[in-house]
Amino acid sequence: MKKFYDLHLSVPLGNSELTKKMVRKAKLLGYAGIGISFSSSIPGEIVSDLRQLCKDVGIDLITRVDLEPKDPKDLLMQLRQYRRRVEIISVTSCHKPTARQAAKDRRVDLISFHSLDFKRRFFDSAEAELSANSLAALEIDMSHLLLATSYRRIRLLSHLRREIGLARRFSVPMVLSSGATNEIFMRGPRSLAALAYLLDVPSDVASRYLSENPLAIITRNRIKLDSSYVAPGLRVIRRSKECVE
Amino acid sequence: MRGMTRRRYLALKIEHTKEVNESDLENAFFGAVSRLFGEYGVSKAGLVLLRHDKAKNWVVMRCGNTSLNMVKASLASITEISSEPAAVHVLGVSGTLKSLRRRFLNH
Repeated sequence: MKKFYDLHLSVPLGNSELTKKMVRKAKLLGYAGIGISFSSSIPGEIVSDLRQLCKDVGIDLITRVDLEPKDPKDLLMQLRQYRRRVEIISVTSCHKPTARQAAKDRRVDLISFHSLDFKRRFFDSAEAELSANSLAALEIDMSHLLLATSYRRIRLLSHLRREIGLARRFSVPMVLSSGATNEIFMRGPRSLAALAYLLDVPSDVASRYLSENPLAIITRNRIKLDSSYVAPGLRVIRRSKECVE
Repeated sequence: MRGMTRRRYLALKIEHTKEVNESDLENAFFGAVSRLFGEYGVSKAGLVLLRHDKAKNWVVMRCGNTSLNMVKASLASITEISSEPAAVHVLGVSGTLKSLRRRFLNH
């Protein structure tokens, strides 16, 4: 049976009641894992409580950070700060040079754009080519599709369709996420895949964007975050004290 | 059967903050399809609300086989019913009412 992952839940970490409800609902909807955004200002006990809650509910917690760098230099600085601490790094760029830097940096897992600010959606063929080489996936946040109305939704649909077409042409991996801020905006994996029909994505392909693609990113990063990891293809199997001559 | 549109039955779970009646649900369903696919889309979808269980918050509805994806996408896009926050989750889809009840509504 396929395991589904929602890599972006905007859980209000200060509101423990709503957090509990959202984590339980994610499990009910059929997700095997959820990605929750953290920042360095969040107290450690909230993170450990959330980890315990997810363990009790039986859902995998994927730690994530959403970066919104001012410029490429700021992006590099933030990447250095967070890469060894969280499992998923998502970058939302406000400027083209930052978007390009994010697309070519192998430490970036997800690239996303300001959904309703159409002038700041920099996903063109150059961006797609860079992303394809660095394995950064394009994140499609469905909450904006649910929140937008009339003309804005029409424009968003057409932009997303164009970007998905480009991503497919350049073999850029894609990830669908709910981006839900409360229970009402949470959708099951099949509902999200059904919504992707509006973006001309067949349901079997959309379900891959919710299962195989996120799982590949999580597995890759967990291997890298493991203490035994040294470099690609190289890891510690025994340390000096454990080595027997 | 030639020339007839095959039907699909959907079991839906309604999540809402205040109580809703059948006409509210119909307005929400038809409105959602209409917003995304227009009046032509609604006319093609063949939407019919068959049963609404207020106690268990589930609904059984029918649509045409060819417009199933369209209907599922529209239902997933619903965020409010009668101006109150709400969500519609598709529990399952079946070709007959009998199997829908057996598989998804525990009858």
